[in-house]
Amino acid sequence: MTFDRRLFLGGSLATLLAAGAIAGLTGPVLAAARKDVIIGVRLEPPHLDPTAGAAAAIGEIVYANVFEGLTRVDRTGATKPALAESWTISEDGKTYTFKLRAGVTFHDGAPFDATVAKYNLDRARAPDSVNPQKGVFAPIETVEAVDPVTLKVTLKQPTGNFLFGLGWPASVMLSPTSAADAKTKPIGTGPMKFVNWAKGSSVELGKNDRYWGTPIKIEKAVFKVIGDASASFAALMAGDIDAYPLYPAPETLDQFRADPRFKVVVGSTEGETIVALNNGRKPFDDVRVRRAVSHAVDRKLVIDGAMFGLAKPIGSHFAPQNAGYVDLTGKYPHDVAKAKALLKEAGVAEGTKLRLVLPPPDYARRSGQIIAAQLKAVGLDVEIVPMEWAQWLSDVFKGKNFDMTIISHVEPLDLDIYARDDYYFDYKSPAYRAIYAELAATVDQEKRLSLYRKAQERIAEDAVNVFLFMLPKTGVWNADLQGLWENAPIPANDLTEVSWKG
Amino acid sequence: MLSFALRRMIALLVTLAVATVLVFTVLEVLPGDPAQVMLGTEARPDTLAALRDKLGLNQPAPERYLHWVAGLVTGDLGVSYTYATPVAELVRDRLAVSLPLAVFALALTTLIAIPLGAWAAARRNSAVDVGVMAATQIGIAAPNFWLAMLLALLFAITLRWLPAGGFPGWSAGPWPALRALILPAVALALPQASILARVMRSSLLDTLGDDYVRTARAKGLSAGQALRRHALRNAMIPVLTIMGLQFSFLLAGTIIIENVFYLPGLGRLVFQAINQRDLIVVKSVVMLLVASVIVVNFLVDVAYAAVDPRLRRRG
Repeated sequence: MTFDRRLFLGGSLATLLAAGAIAGLTGPVLAAARKDVIIGVRLEPPHLDPTAGAAAAIGEIVYANVFEGLTRVDRTGATKPALAESWTISEDGKTYTFKLRAGVTFHDGAPFDATVAKYNLDRARAPDSVNPQKGVFAPIETVEAVDPVTLKVTLKQPTGNFLFGLGWPASVMLSPTSAADAKTKPIGTGPMKFVNWAKGSSVELGKNDRYWGTPIKIEKAVFKVIGDASASFAALMAGDIDAYPLYPAPETLDQFRADPRFKVVVGSTEGETIVALNNGRKPFDDVRVRRAVSHAVDRKLVIDGAMFGLAKPIGSHFAPQNAGYVDLTGKYPHDVAKAKALLKEAGVAEGTKLRLVLPPPDYARRSGQIIAAQLKAVGLDVEIVPMEWAQWLSDVFKGKNFDMTIISHVEPLDLDIYARDDYYFDYKSPAYRAIYAELAATVDQEKRLSLYRKAQERIAEDAVNVFLFMLPKTGVWNADLQGLWENAPIPANDLTEVSWKG
Repeated sequence: MLSFALRRMIALLVTLAVATVLVFTVLEVLPGDPAQVMLGTEARPDTLAALRDKLGLNQPAPERYLHWVAGLVTGDLGVSYTYATPVAELVRDRLAVSLPLAVFALALTTLIAIPLGAWAAARRNSAVDVGVMAATQIGIAAPNFWLAMLLALLFAITLRWLPAGGFPGWSAGPWPALRALILPAVALALPQASILARVMRSSLLDTLGDDYVRTARAKGLSAGQALRRHALRNAMIPVLTIMGLQFSFLLAGTIIIENVFYLPGLGRLVFQAINQRDLIVVKSVVMLLVASVIVVNFLVDVAYAAVDPRLRRRG
């Protein structure tokens, strides 16, 4: 009966032998001064043209690395000069004269000058433009290339955050001849140029030797798409990637903290995470009901339970790291009795059914379960409805077919959404709109800050939504890697200051 | 025989036509607007309309259906909404991962299952048999993604023999590419091998009890010789049927393993395309998978009929 055993050994051991053979081929690699960096990202970008798609995954690869705009947003969220060296703003706040950097060329050799800048701004505001942030360009009346290094932009009305908007990923400058193919072959002016995109797997960037500014310290950057939380843990631990700037598995952070090979950096984003309430329909058209649920939600418990205690609480729609912030987190303390009293006063019966729609991100799914339980404690019968992203956009965001939903608003300084006519949470307050209209037309910084405060207070007073926390940015990277952003004022992995110790 | 194949061929074409209608209709009623997904929450209505126009989404549904089917017939699968790349190119790149992975996993499955099943059958009710049955029971019960995580933990993180995931591409050379597929293939193969080994064992036990095996033994063959020369070949028929099913499962059903090892395979392409409402990719890839299953079934039908004349008269 030796026959069986032979067959068995030949078959099953093949696996083990194959695995064993590999051991010999992968010895330890000698540590030399590294010039490359491998970064893990959660979502693969649909394409690489930030002027034609909203996905944060696009900016996380190309912003500041491949593409630059007239202005840029730096690691603190401040607006800084980029392709525009400087600018002057006319007395009436309507005319911006940009002095452009001379001698800048695109990766394809084409020169960058005022005509190119005009082309890009005109392209973004054209009727057939598919720019995801077209609102940034809406105030523009005319764009004029005065001479190769002077660009004059005239606005219809003074616009306070126009320069900030020009620093967003959607406002970057493309080489005109490359614009049609920018989705697959992005050509910009940045310190890195696009090399290769292995679809579904990784995007590779290489150093641009003809960069106009401070040369970048690394030669090569690879962005690897690792969507699965446990796979990103394994990839970091195995050393397959050097950094995961938006690390998706907070429950494993302690293992990285305990390991000297890694640095764990918890920063913040601009993402105000809220339980959005449908102000346009019953029962949330009544401010007493909105205040009742604000009292019913125990923010601290949500942050500890769903976010592993890593998130900063907020009491209105404004990020604590921005100038002009007011701490309103104490406005509606957790108070079950008060919540019940307010509901009773508003005539909301015990056991009223409400739907809480949860889009896919972990923060929403995890917080949602805790909040549903907390609302049940004050007598509301909350049904959790998990929904995928595309359906959330069409049903909730566009169709306004929801009672409550949980979402993080990641656009920076987005107070304007509370003044919009047809926005999904349907807040219609003339008082707030007056404040916002004044803010939008104000250029003076001191005055803007006081209006920011007024706007935050108005929103909190009306308890428009339940304000939970700022979405944290939990980054894990190799302890020898320096220069990555700790916070995420905009979705970006700016590599311009990244280098290896040693 | 010829008329049988012809009849089957017509049935095949009708099935494919019905499948195109089903796939198209299901995706039509799927909620969500591709343009909104691409442009996000800050998009203005006029921007969305402009993009819908560019994508051809404003045409009426029957027109889009005919256009799509015409494209399928002529081999033009269209251009992905989000990737802005021809669908055929995307599929080809993904097949370069999924097909070798499926073949690799099936080869491992066979190499493990057949000897193991045969061994257990030959030593029925011995310690070996009990051990194999217990091990395969665990193999069937263990979810393959959990197995995958354990394998990554051991071979990638602790021993550092293999990468934790990713795929360097065949351009990096056959060895690095194959190396990246080892852990995923093992994770896929172990549960499949457990199933196949049990099928092999019971099938072999059935044939071992048959008259012709007893006759062979009576002629003077040893138990091993009788098993090898007579029982084994006949026991292979159900095993081959299961292997066929396993191959289509491995080709299209590897999405979870692809996620755990972040491999750019066909499963993840479909998953991602559904999330981003890249409907043109979903439609074409689903159709391709449907077609491959239908064609394989057709070939199996014809092959059975060639072997067994009784089947030709039915059909």
